[in-house]
Amino acid sequence: MLATTVIATPHIRYLAILPEIVLLGGGVVLLAVASLVRRQLRVRVGTLLTVAIAAGSLGVSLWQWADVTGRGGFTAIDHAVVVDGFSVLVNILVSCAVLLTALVADGYLLRERVGGAELQVLALVSASGAMIMGSANDLIVVFLGLEILSIALYVLAAFNSRREASGEAALKYFILGSFSSAVFVYGIALVYGATGSTNLAQIADFLSRNVLVHDGLLLAGLTLLLVGFSFKVAAVPFHMWTPDVYQGSPSPVTGFMAAVAKAGAFAAFLRVFLSSFGLLRADWRPVIYALAVVTLLVGAGLAVVQRDVKRMLAYSSINHAGFVLLGLQAATGRGASDALYYLFAYTFMVIGSFAVVSLIGRTGDVAHDLSTYRGLARRQPLLAVCFAVLLLAQAGAPFTTGLWAKLQVVLAAVDNGSVPLAVIAMASAALAAFFYLRLAVLMYSPAPASGGVLGEEEPGEQPVALTAGTVGPFRAGPAEQAMAEAQPQPVEELRAPAVRGARPVWAGTEQSVAVVDRLNAALLIDAETVTVDGETPASAAADQVGGDVERVEAPDPALVSKVPVPALSAVAIGLCVAVTVVFGFIPAPLVDFAHHATLLFVP
Amino acid sequence: MSIGPAWYLGLAAVLFAIGAIGVLVRRNVLVMFMCIELMLNAANLTFVTFSRVLGDIGGQSLVFFVLVVAAAEVVVGLGIVVAIFRRRKSTTADDLHVLKG
Amino acid sequence: MTPLLLASTRATIPDLITFVVCAAVVLTGALGVVMSRNSVHAALSLVLTLFGVAVLFIEQDAQFLAAVQVIVYAGAIVVLFLFVIMFLGVDREENVAAEPLKGQRPLALVLVVIAATGIIFLAATSHWVTGAHAVAGSTTAGGHSNTYLLGRSVFTTYLWAFEITAGLLVIAVVGAVVLARRPSQVHEEPRDARPAAPGAGGPGDAAVASPPVAAAVAAGTGASGSTTDDGERRPVPAGVTGRAEDGMDERVTGS
Repeated sequence: MLATTVIATPHIRYLAILPEIVLLGGGVVLLAVASLVRRQLRVRVGTLLTVAIAAGSLGVSLWQWADVTGRGGFTAIDHAVVVDGFSVLVNILVSCAVLLTALVADGYLLRERVGGAELQVLALVSASGAMIMGSANDLIVVFLGLEILSIALYVLAAFNSRREASGEAALKYFILGSFSSAVFVYGIALVYGATGSTNLAQIADFLSRNVLVHDGLLLAGLTLLLVGFSFKVAAVPFHMWTPDVYQGSPSPVTGFMAAVAKAGAFAAFLRVFLSSFGLLRADWRPVIYALAVVTLLVGAGLAVVQRDVKRMLAYSSINHAGFVLLGLQAATGRGASDALYYLFAYTFMVIGSFAVVSLIGRTGDVAHDLSTYRGLARRQPLLAVCFAVLLLAQAGAPFTTGLWAKLQVVLAAVDNGSVPLAVIAMASAALAAFFYLRLAVLMYSPAPASGGVLGEEEPGEQPVALTAGTVGPFRAGPAEQAMAEAQPQPVEELRAPAVRGARPVWAGTEQSVAVVDRLNAALLIDAETVTVDGETPASAAADQVGGDVERVEAPDPALVSKVPVPALSAVAIGLCVAVTVVFGFIPAPLVDFAHHATLLFVP
Repeated sequence: MSIGPAWYLGLAAVLFAIGAIGVLVRRNVLVMFMCIELMLNAANLTFVTFSRVLGDIGGQSLVFFVLVVAAAEVVVGLGIVVAIFRRRKSTTADDLHVLKG
Repeated sequence: MTPLLLASTRATIPDLITFVVCAAVVLTGALGVVMSRNSVHAALSLVLTLFGVAVLFIEQDAQFLAAVQVIVYAGAIVVLFLFVIMFLGVDREENVAAEPLKGQRPLALVLVVIAATGIIFLAATSHWVTGAHAVAGSTTAGGHSNTYLLGRSVFTTYLWAFEITAGLLVIAVVGAVVLARRPSQVHEEPRDARPAAPGAGGPGDAAVASPPVAAAVAAGTGASGSTTDDGERRPVPAGVTGRAEDGMDERVTGS
């Protein structure tokens, strides 16, 4: 009997799973290749191969896109995988994120010297998990994708073994992540009991055929699924892990985490709730509504009081999650594609931002206090402009993808009658713009003031103090005239050139800055000891005499010098800025692209 | 044939609740992991019970995957614990103080 | 609800006894995990629960899973737990009574109990099971064994799920290697060389010279800041106190 029983395995259409195969297989190949090359070359080879693999999966995803737009979506492998515009867009997004992360991580790995190509391998496998989630048509596949994504991220968070914080971040992420996974899997179990299947299409089918008079079990399962997803996308009552994990993880990993984990989790969130439980939307929409409100407000509100830039970006990512929830709350196919467009725009903004943060963090990845960004524009104007553009895009400034993304989800909410929610979203965007602008203004404010002043200021009052235009000559010595033009500008003036991606007016004073630096070096005057509070040059002397207490807290000169910018990181940041600005000016192609990304099964 | 599924499902729910309480209440990281295992076991018991009641083999297959996930999770989790705590004295979560949250 | 709660028609006395004993074992084990002070005791209690669940699997005609449960969980996972406990030291006892966050414990208890009661209540109102029957294949199809049917299901309906568990195993292997790696050259690398380290780090850095210059400037002018023995200044940003060990800062952040 044993010899005669043949199991008829399902037909596999490989196009459906090709991007995942490219990433997973590529990761394994990379692992093998990296163990064969010399230690010094490992990072470089890893980067090159990862970029090639990511480009390959991007190409395959575009092939899928051509197929889907031509012949429509389809399911494969016994309906476990679905290929439609939505899943292909997720694949494209994830491929881009991997490519950019590989470029950013290259400089980081060389700088920190914490191991070879394992980071890229784990990033590739993790990204394949996000793709699996995006194209999953079965709850257990969603779960496995979630775990592939998350477990790899736990390891990545712990990757920098020299930083104690890295390990702690990993542990916190792990405990809360596996807790939410357990909740999620229990939710799957209850849904399975209530509907008899874990296949999304079959669940939808069952719910459309049967009217459950007693749907308590289903609702309990749905609640647990909602909690599990909310943990992963960091919606507010379940966001506790985000700031710590974002702060503790290596900066390139944080960017990857923010982009890919959010994209994968939201993709599955949208698909499960819209396609399987679309008929129950009356039950879950109010819950998502409430989640979106608190997520928007708490995310923006707590970001304002942060002094650590990574924590600030973590809370801002919570705020962004609230905006994406707006698209889910709309509970329409349009809302889903708007949410996806938001994730697409966010991917480039956040990876670029964390690339800059990674550079500013310097060796050890520790310098993330707001004060280290003061005067960045004068030291490295180009880097400052890029960062400013990315921050303003996250704030939703005009002529960036950020504006269109916010506009789309808000319009989706309005279309569906959730006007109060849209108003709250706008208010939180205004609140969020405040802390993005604060950082941008800080970069364009004069050279590191004595730290005591910064420390004494209420964080919330900094922009006011800085933009009042009262800061006088801030450098003593012969270069004073040369620097006279390098004055800070009010917010409104500052914002305009930065938004346009143009170099600000005073960026041209780079040479004079260099002159000052050289003169200072020649005169053995430390840049920050002569920095004065600004009213009169004479107070510089007073500062030197009586300001010892203040100067103890002053930033170290090593932290206010130029940071090295590896070429590949520069390329990555440039790409992020380019995508953000170009598609901000010409939004049509990307918006249309996202609108084609509809779900296959929307009831 | 066994007794009614309600008892099994109730037992699983209680097991899940005990596990959840353990994760939230205990400060020892290793015990927290064990409590997560309890939660996964509760989910497994639920799957198997539904599989019996519905006469559907699918539920049992799902347990199989949950087992694989649990194994992979434990490997990585214990790896993280060892990496962190081999330099420290205790394994309580409160000793994690570098990140203020 | 009544016919489901009471023993279904064919249930026998041995079935009832098995269930009661196993349920008691499972709950005792679970409570033991949560309440024991010593992690070894917790791990042994976990074994108790796992065996109880395995017997309940057999009781519900899932023989293969019962075997896997014992082999994988009790045989591998708990052994791994015990290994780590022993590795880190068995004599570490936790003061269970200590409550770091005031009021967090009762709150957790209340929340979880409410949630569990809610689940049980909701499930009971919907008569526990509402799903369609035998969607992914019957448990008794064609008189095949449990193992055969399980295998067929895994290799047909759940083929894709089965394949992607490969990804999980890759992560487990790579992750274990990454995490087990000792932090190399941590102590060899002097901390004060940090400002200069970017110079050695990557190509294309334009500012190799400036940090040493700045440091020399600081030393030359006798400026303030924490000065180390060899005259170089540690990077101490505003509001930050450096940690001696590996440079992570304890900073005050509101959240």
